[in-house]
Amino acid sequence: MGAEKLGAIAAETVSSGDPFVFLFTVFVLSIFIGFYVVWSVTPALHSPLMSVTNAVSSVIIVGALIAAGPTEMGFSKVMGFFAVFLASVNIFGGFIVTNRMLAMFKRKTKNLGPNK
Amino acid sequence: MSETFTGFAYLAAAVFFILALRGLSSPESARKGNILGVVGMVIAIATTLVDPKVLTFDLIITGMIIGGLIGSLVAIKINMTALPQLVAAFHSLVGLAAVFVAVAAFFAPEAYGIGVFGNIQMGSLVEMSLGAAIGAITFSGSLVAFCKLQGVVGGSPFIFKGQHALNALLAIVLVLTVVWLVKTNSELAFWLIVGLSIIIGFTIILPIGGADMPVVVSMLNSYSGWAACGIGFTLSNTALIVTGALVGSSGAILSYIMCKGMNRSIVNVLLGGFGGEVAVSVSSDGSGKERAVKSGSGEDAAFIMKNASKVIIVPGYGMAVAQAQHALREMSDLLKNEGVEVAYAIHPVAGRMPGHMNVLLAEANVPYDEVFELEEINTEFSTADVAFVIGANDVTNPSAKTDPTSAIYGMPILEVENAGTVLFIKRSMASGYAGVENELFFKDNTMMLFADAKVMTESIVQSLG
Repeated sequence: MGAEKLGAIAAETVSSGDPFVFLFTVFVLSIFIGFYVVWSVTPALHSPLMSVTNAVSSVIIVGALIAAGPTEMGFSKVMGFFAVFLASVNIFGGFIVTNRMLAMFKRKTKNLGPNK
Repeated sequence: MSETFTGFAYLAAAVFFILALRGLSSPESARKGNILGVVGMVIAIATTLVDPKVLTFDLIITGMIIGGLIGSLVAIKINMTALPQLVAAFHSLVGLAAVFVAVAAFFAPEAYGIGVFGNIQMGSLVEMSLGAAIGAITFSGSLVAFCKLQGVVGGSPFIFKGQHALNALLAIVLVLTVVWLVKTNSELAFWLIVGLSIIIGFTIILPIGGADMPVVVSMLNSYSGWAACGIGFTLSNTALIVTGALVGSSGAILSYIMCKGMNRSIVNVLLGGFGGEVAVSVSSDGSGKERAVKSGSGEDAAFIMKNASKVIIVPGYGMAVAQAQHALREMSDLLKNEGVEVAYAIHPVAGRMPGHMNVLLAEANVPYDEVFELEEINTEFSTADVAFVIGANDVTNPSAKTDPTSAIYGMPILEVENAGTVLFIKRSMASGYAGVENELFFKDNTMMLFADAKVMTESIVQSLG
């Protein structure tokens, strides 16, 4: 490998940064955010937490949409279609069932039994 | 659409997802949080749809409509007691979707800008195999969890000889196959990774018993997040990476809480084989003679509770199985009318998924400010006249504190024995999941109520009314 080429690579790395390092930084920081946010979730809502994280993880649909998007039909497009289908089941199912659960959580109303 | 704009839009979606989870810190903000989650999802999908690589929408719209309809119908119709298996099934779908996306990326890498078929960048291949492998394990593992929770297969652990050796071998072969794929771009290697991972999902989860499912479901929740992360790295998509990491750490924390609730390590749970119908029941006094228990009727229980000033109800999985939550709420309403103070105590591992009991009680219109976690309420049993145990067993067993030889020694328990009287609904004297006899049954202040949880509660309601 010529010195010229090496220099070009070095310049590129310095100017734009290794994209993997960038993504990995995002990844690690997100784990920390997740850690603090999830510990603040009240234990009573751990079931809705599971179903909403399930719905949210279906954001994997963005990868599926790109696979299902090209004009020419092919194996990958079919795979993309199935992935869109599965992720959609999850997105709709997950958010709706979470909403159903959360709608049931109610505070004590004054006329329900004597409050001491 | 410029890449900068797309990047910002994905960031916005990720922020909305974080806020959605943040909303769950209290029941008041939770519903708003859920809507923010929906907004985040709409932003992520819309941003991708205007991507120049997405040219036709026929399959996309078809998939979304059919999938959306099925998902909505299931979510609207599902019975709340079937929630754990529903969540397991949903995890399974995310896992499978991750596998499909990885397959699509492997065979049409141009669409994701990671090379051409047969010559994909090395880093992308590693990320892709991680996404595919974790996705496949999530898929088959959740399938097993679903079958166990739904009762398609028995809940008892399925153990065979050399099972740990087999798992270790499979894992090593999987790693080697990933190396093979990265070196050669081999199509066969890619399919092997998917196939092996599916098998590993089966062999890991099959040996784990039914009552350990809270840990398993949380762990698979975590896996589905990491799978999304793997795909996110392949696609260089920050929304996927952030969301995957959020979900991954969420599931990991839940698994940790569940393990702590049983005083067991995650490794211990994963090695499996704990509990089940075949477990040996050990009589702690060693004499093996029939020991006397006091048993009573619904009428007796109603009389005792009516004259109490404070009753703490301890629900467990048995309440869910018997669908007794509505009768239970009716009972506590009647007690409250008599001037009795009623509270509910929830053990962290009660039920088959984290927070399972809370949802069922909420479904029966029990106000959430009458429902307390173990740490909040444990000291109050000594001031309660009655502890009413319905469908729980091991989580009340005092031998967890007193008997170092017990299988559940060290597990935090609800100290119901400190209450004036313990009313214990149980169908028979059979031991609980851990296969340990409960000393509580033989105490002087314990009255056993032998019946199905719902039948007994209804009979108490009748006597109270």
